[in-house]
Amino acid sequence: MSTLGKITRRTFLVGSVAIAGGVAFGYWKYKQPIDNPLEADLDDSATALTPYVIIDQQGVSIIAPRAEMGQGVHTTLAALVAEELEVSLDAIKVLHGPASNAYFNAAVLEEGIPFAATDVSRTAEMVRGFTKVPAKFLGLQITGGSSSIPDAFYKMRTAGAAAREVLLQAASAQLNVPTSQLSANDGTILASDGRSVAYTDLAVTAANIEPPKEPVLKSRSQWKLLGKSMPRVDMVAKSTGTAEFSIDVELPDMLYASVRMNPRLGAPMTSFDASKAEAMPGVKRIFQVNNGVAAVATNTWYAFKAVNAVQCNWANASYSNDTNGLLAAVQDSLSPDHQDSQFRDDGDVEQALQSGEIIEAEYQVPYLAHAAMEPLNATAWLRDGKLDIWAGNQLPTQALKEGAAITGLDEENIRVHTTLMGGGFGRRAEMDFVIQAIHIAKEFEGTPVKTTWTREEDTSHDFYRPMAVARFKAKLANNTIDTCDLHLAAPSVAESQMGRLGVPVAGPDIMIVQAAWDQPYSIQNYRVTGYRTPKAFPVSSWRSVGGSQNGFFHESMMDEIAHAGGLDPLEMRLQLINHDVSRKVLESVAEQSNWGRALPDGHGLGLAFVLSFGVPTAQVIEVAAVDDTIKLIEAWAAVDVGVALDPRNVKAQVMGGMNFGLAAAMMGEITVKDGEVQQRNFHNYPSMRFNQAPDIEVQVLENGDQVRGIGEPGVPPAAPALGNAIFAATGKRIRELPFSKHVRFS
Amino acid sequence: MKLVVNEQEYDVDVTPDMPLLWVLRDELGIKGPKFGCGIAMCGACTVHIDGRPVRACSYPASAVQGPVTTIEGLGQPDALHTLQKAWIEHQVAQCGYCQSGQIMSAAALLAANNNPSDAEIDTAMSGNLCRCGTYPKIRAAVKSAAEALRSESVPVQNESEGTA
Repeated sequence: MSTLGKITRRTFLVGSVAIAGGVAFGYWKYKQPIDNPLEADLDDSATALTPYVIIDQQGVSIIAPRAEMGQGVHTTLAALVAEELEVSLDAIKVLHGPASNAYFNAAVLEEGIPFAATDVSRTAEMVRGFTKVPAKFLGLQITGGSSSIPDAFYKMRTAGAAAREVLLQAASAQLNVPTSQLSANDGTILASDGRSVAYTDLAVTAANIEPPKEPVLKSRSQWKLLGKSMPRVDMVAKSTGTAEFSIDVELPDMLYASVRMNPRLGAPMTSFDASKAEAMPGVKRIFQVNNGVAAVATNTWYAFKAVNAVQCNWANASYSNDTNGLLAAVQDSLSPDHQDSQFRDDGDVEQALQSGEIIEAEYQVPYLAHAAMEPLNATAWLRDGKLDIWAGNQLPTQALKEGAAITGLDEENIRVHTTLMGGGFGRRAEMDFVIQAIHIAKEFEGTPVKTTWTREEDTSHDFYRPMAVARFKAKLANNTIDTCDLHLAAPSVAESQMGRLGVPVAGPDIMIVQAAWDQPYSIQNYRVTGYRTPKAFPVSSWRSVGGSQNGFFHESMMDEIAHAGGLDPLEMRLQLINHDVSRKVLESVAEQSNWGRALPDGHGLGLAFVLSFGVPTAQVIEVAAVDDTIKLIEAWAAVDVGVALDPRNVKAQVMGGMNFGLAAAMMGEITVKDGEVQQRNFHNYPSMRFNQAPDIEVQVLENGDQVRGIGEPGVPPAAPALGNAIFAATGKRIRELPFSKHVRFS
Repeated sequence: MKLVVNEQEYDVDVTPDMPLLWVLRDELGIKGPKFGCGIAMCGACTVHIDGRPVRACSYPASAVQGPVTTIEGLGQPDALHTLQKAWIEHQVAQCGYCQSGQIMSAAALLAANNNPSDAEIDTAMSGNLCRCGTYPKIRAAVKSAAEALRSESVPVQNESEGTA
């Protein structure tokens, strides 16, 4: 467990008041420091503002207050601090730290504004700055939107540098030499006379020194850790089965629970009969929780068996009963009265489409589950007027609020322990499983209870990636695209997700058109219109959010237009692209994949390019087709992240993101019948297997103007690159996902 | 019922249908094997019984005949198995949840065959899902480990003869 609860008198914190950007707009409150979230665990000697560094007699710990769900964020965030603090990564401990508004994410709302990432105009920058203000007041300690690194890049280096300056001053006092004769290196302050003192021995002196507000940061050429591939801080634990996920939390006299909610999502349970289940081995109690039942038992298996033996009567769903009805609602919303946005309208599309040969097509994608490997679970323990929550979650400040609402306790009496996550992909930003666990533990006050979902519950009670539909019309002229009119309809993720958080969202939902409206192409007549399907079936963020469907729509469209005009899909894009950083990404992937080479019979190369979360990403896939069976042979990707803080991890995320996108494109589909999700487990919600995964070569470029996060941008180009490759190999254009409806994969 | 896990003997009192996975995790506190699906479709729970890979989520503990080895018995942070070293060298894990099972499947493969072909690696590893998409790194790590095991298993004398 976190050592934060055991901080001793000799401990001190080194903080920094650095808050990235956005402070120049007259919001004086925005500049006000937030209370130190660790103070409850500290005694009188502790002083700090924004705490990222703890030094005590045992060593140095760095707080990396973002969810580690596989993206390597704990390593990179810790390295930002360690670089300036002058400590090596293997000499420190990395902790997630408590839930606190102090750790708000200033960058997370940036993707939601109607300015393309390529737009660096004064207005765009100003609006970007403003997004940081609500981010702070909402207290969004959230992990998502590939925002952790952009948010932390300045903030956490500054925290490390402030700590280093304080340690230098403490050593100066202790050794009685001016700081000009001291240097910091590898956890030690060295004096020019040869004496040295370890950071841990400076703790007591340093506790009384005010950290500088604007310490000088190292230049890039002085970096020792950043910019190089670093061993991940969690790698040994994850290779030896010793990493602790929330499902591994074990507490004294713990009980184990499982739940079954109404499979007609969100509808109530009308009645239940637990008489059979109550008589089963190990069962402690069965009771209603939210819109379903919980079984509490002496181990997880007994809880699973009991909860499945409860007879439940479920009310009907409030949404259309089956997939066809849900699809019809999305299709019907693609009409003027449901228009949600039109952030791009270049030239005169209406006029251009009056004449000439029009290319048109309709595309659709299904609902998708997140299907993280670790089924949802959380542990809660209510005792002595305090509540502890252990949960792998992407939004700990919300867990705190939910805990307070359910128990009536003040937030200061609640602790959220954010563990490692066995995958998140957006699912763990939802609070349903945490809320249930708190309700259940409340029934057993004094005893810790771990609530674990079955895989069946997890698959069938997700908040899904929305189903979406696209229609386009396009026209060629002078050997290039003259007109391109893309219409995109989907339910609103923001409306569904933020509604559950009680945060009203006004205006258009930019996620409906994300990664389509803002692509860096100069096309004469170019329009992207978003339509909002009325809220019905529960949807949420799924790795890359709108990019997950719109990358497929936009880039399949580009390929269709190229082939209709007999143009090379790469050359056509290079001709239209108006963003140098993106152009180089395309050129890089073309070179790696040797685009244009002669291919064996039955082979095809597919290209896709998507700019999402500020990262231009190009991918090429080679497939081989034998009859209707497709084999993925090899894949190439190029990205530009501005500054690659850890190149190997950037590559790993692009590889993983691409495979995540491919798995969904090949075989991912959630369907609904009688109001219930039909998929239950990996037998009918399959994912890509080892033998199906291609080798992926990733090139990381650094021409962009600022550091970018990379958890998501690898996903959106995967589906269209594969679809375009299948077309190249077979001549078959597949306009709906998953591809497995039309081809088989070997 | 009696169980031998990682060379330690345990006596547990559970219903006969209780899967080995939950006995290991909830009764014995051995958390390396993970719960992923409960129907032997994902491999996160893979352990060895008598050296053979088994999906512990779907194997009744009462049916276990022979010693059980979990990832904890394969190697420890301060005494790593060759495969674990390769996993670290290649920085395979992302979320890490499936990796105990991946490593146990790979360990059973390499114990039987320290020079597997790509097709043999495919067969041995395709029962283990990874949603983070680390498969290419898993393949590289399995190959590295196989190579390391081959050089360990060949006596130095033979090696010099071979190159002579």
